[in-house]
Amino acid sequence: MIRKVTCIDCPKGCVLSVGVEGRKVVKITGNECPKGEEYAVSEIEDPTRILTSTVLAEGFSLRMVPVRTDRPIPKGDIKRAMKEIKRIRISEPVRIGDIIIEDFLRLGVDLIATRESR
Amino acid sequence: MNVFDTLIIGGGVIGTSIARELSRYKLRIGVVEKEEELAFGVSKSNSGIIHPGTQNAAHSLKGRLCVQGNILTRKICRELGVDFKEVGELIIAFEEKERTRLLRLKEEAEALGVPGLKIVNSAWLRENEPNLGDKAVAALYAPTAGVVSPYRLVYDLSENAKKNGAKFYTMTKVEKIAPRGACFEVYTSKGVFRTRYLINAAGLFADEISKMAGVDDFKIRPRKGEEFLLDKKREHITDHLLFPLPSKTSKGILIITTSDGNPMIGPTAEEIDDKEDLSTTDAGLKKVLAAAQRMVPSISEDDIIAYFAGLRPVAGDDFIIRHEDKVPGFINVAGIQSPGLTAAPSIALLVVDILKREGLALKRKLIFKGHRERTIHLFDIPLAKTERFIKKDASYGDIVCRCEMVSAKEARDAIRRGARTLDGIKFRTRAQAGRCHGTFCTTRLLKILSEETERPLKKITKRGPESEIIKETRTDD
Amino acid sequence: MIERDLVIVGGGPAGMAAAIAAHENGVEDILLLERDHCLGGILNQCIHTGFGIEYFKEVLTGPEYAHRFIEKIRSAPQIEVSLRSFVVRLEEDKRLFFIKPGVLENVKARALIMATGCREKTREMIHIAGTRPSGIFSAGLAQKLINIEGLLPGRKAVIAGSGDIGLIMARRFMLEGAEVKAVIEIQKETRGLLRNVVQCVEDFDIPVYFNHRISKIYGKERVEKISAVRVDGDFNDIPGAEIEFECDTVLISVGLIPENELIEMAGVRMDKKTNSPVSKELNRTSIPGLFVCGNSFKVYDIVDSVSRDSVIAGRLAAEYLRALR
Repeated sequence: MIRKVTCIDCPKGCVLSVGVEGRKVVKITGNECPKGEEYAVSEIEDPTRILTSTVLAEGFSLRMVPVRTDRPIPKGDIKRAMKEIKRIRISEPVRIGDIIIEDFLRLGVDLIATRESR
Repeated sequence: MNVFDTLIIGGGVIGTSIARELSRYKLRIGVVEKEEELAFGVSKSNSGIIHPGTQNAAHSLKGRLCVQGNILTRKICRELGVDFKEVGELIIAFEEKERTRLLRLKEEAEALGVPGLKIVNSAWLRENEPNLGDKAVAALYAPTAGVVSPYRLVYDLSENAKKNGAKFYTMTKVEKIAPRGACFEVYTSKGVFRTRYLINAAGLFADEISKMAGVDDFKIRPRKGEEFLLDKKREHITDHLLFPLPSKTSKGILIITTSDGNPMIGPTAEEIDDKEDLSTTDAGLKKVLAAAQRMVPSISEDDIIAYFAGLRPVAGDDFIIRHEDKVPGFINVAGIQSPGLTAAPSIALLVVDILKREGLALKRKLIFKGHRERTIHLFDIPLAKTERFIKKDASYGDIVCRCEMVSAKEARDAIRRGARTLDGIKFRTRAQAGRCHGTFCTTRLLKILSEETERPLKKITKRGPESEIIKETRTDD
Repeated sequence: MIERDLVIVGGGPAGMAAAIAAHENGVEDILLLERDHCLGGILNQCIHTGFGIEYFKEVLTGPEYAHRFIEKIRSAPQIEVSLRSFVVRLEEDKRLFFIKPGVLENVKARALIMATGCREKTREMIHIAGTRPSGIFSAGLAQKLINIEGLLPGRKAVIAGSGDIGLIMARRFMLEGAEVKAVIEIQKETRGLLRNVVQCVEDFDIPVYFNHRISKIYGKERVEKISAVRVDGDFNDIPGAEIEFECDTVLISVGLIPENELIEMAGVRMDKKTNSPVSKELNRTSIPGLFVCGNSFKVYDIVDSVSRDSVIAGRLAAEYLRALR
């Protein structure tokens, strides 16, 4: 079976033709760079996304501190992750890249701050 | 219980004009308004024209009140520090055969006492109104027409009336009126008010109020008008108020420059049933645009930055202003459609007269504080003056609305003077009224309103209950 | 009146890149005016990823992308940053007046770079008929309310237009637990980047209605419903094909317009259709020494290109100043 997949790795948005057998990728065409291949395999076999959101901070320059997972997490875990993110309260200053939660939801990724709050 | 000598139902331009006029006398005056703020009914969609008195039937009440109101409005604006710009109007004929109608309009207006009228020819028009389409053959020129900001007028009238002792109650909807001896008991959503005289200035709902009081002999029929505002960049598109020759039901689709500098085209005139239908339509836009372009061909659809609809409270051809003899002490001021804004000060005088005739003792106060200090708007003062204000109060330098140049100080002042909603701030200061439509300033205004009124952000509304902006906050969880 | 070598209006990605480039090209006296209380402009509310792939060869969020420039500006004492500063008047000779709390300042710029960005088209500009209740927001305002203030402005949204901000806000609403009923796009395909269609709309099974326009907004105090109608290739309504969506929110994402009222005031020759300066060459205007860069010069798809081209504006200003001496 051939599936069309739009690569979301960069703004180009290459449309890839992906040959799929079962849940395995066997052939990829249409990608302008190697990232496309990586993306297509992940998208078919185990779709993941970087999750970005905000967490509430109290008493510092930012009321909402933007955060992201430092690596993609499985799409299926996003809802659960958002629920958790809404519960977090930050009560100290943060710098960019500071880990807000280590091994977030035991997914093997860290939730990190993407803006400084002093 | 709140006890008054005169209670006015309706906080629009009519109600507040009457309240201010009455506040010269030693009286207990109350005004009840069902909306969260004054001027949120018919008045908020008024175009702000102070008519010279043309286009009224020769012996009409509204014609007489309009001519007098034009003169009185200038004085009131001076006293209250409200801008009145005398720009003059042109009623334009596009065909030779319409000239006789112009002459007839002129005669009718002269009979009402409209001053300074003259017929101008196409050469005059080309020189004095250069953007006018070249098909115009002649016009009736009435130099005394002007513009004001209708809502700022209402707010300043009410503020002045308040200063002279009148009491205003918003979110107070009248539910029942019961005579009690020589008084009325007015049951409202905020309790019972007792009054000796009751004045009905309830705009679109004047028929319903009148019925509650026991007079059921007129109906208010809303006549919808859709208006379209153009970008301030087109401020000088016309020098006068431009009218086509009037039809039977309306003055037609006009081009005016509002007191804030935005040209406005419209209104449509459509009889409807729903007193709350303020929607605009694709058809209305098409109609208004075509009619406006007939007068000024360079107007383009892309110039439009805002639009709205208003409802004129129509009760037949003329105003209804009378004491209802079968309900002593009850005065109807109903059917106040165009030129109601212009006529408002003379309507107020007429109502005072009626009250006097009906036995209300009018004793002038020793001191009536008729003047109010002009509200500061950075957008209409020179930068040198702005600098002085900023030096006096740093928050004049804290700009909130970038399109219309409104500072945090002006927004806070507006709230201290009575604004309770985002629309209330908009009407008073123009913040959110520019080309970005509040994209830039809404967030800040929400916070300022929340701080000043000590209400949580979720309770801040656009124009009263049910029009909240924020549905949830993170701290809810 | 104070005289400055270079004044830059706008501390977003364009203004910051221009300031750094001018500094690196030898300009020693730079005043950077920003109206917000921090640098970064709209990037601060763009908390999603996708920035920097071309410029930094890395995937960054908006605030992270902005931070790289903010750090450079902090480390350059020749760049003076004035925050909460609104330019209220600009004259042909590059004299400008700006206001900030407590101060009205009058500055003569030898060279001037305008990096004032763009604004979103409003509901009014596309003339959607109906009522004017609460609940109609530009996608960018909704983004600011959610991402900067932590305030959710609606629970059931319909998005008018498939611009990138609209698509990104569709996802943001879904992530926050709100519902997105539909994206309504008058064109036959998306105006946004394809990857945003995939990760913001398809990921969440949000229906996109191409060749449709919102024909009416209903609701007295708050939005209650919208109707949409199918249009033909010339954007004329196809009668009878109306659909309705119950919602409490309409987000408008139908395009951006360069924000150029100040240069227009100064007499720069303008293209009325695009609201951008008439120019034969990148960043230049009809007034010598007055440059425009970033989204106020033309609306860009991605911020990386804004940074790239704004660097050129900084260089042009440096060259102009050198030639003056």
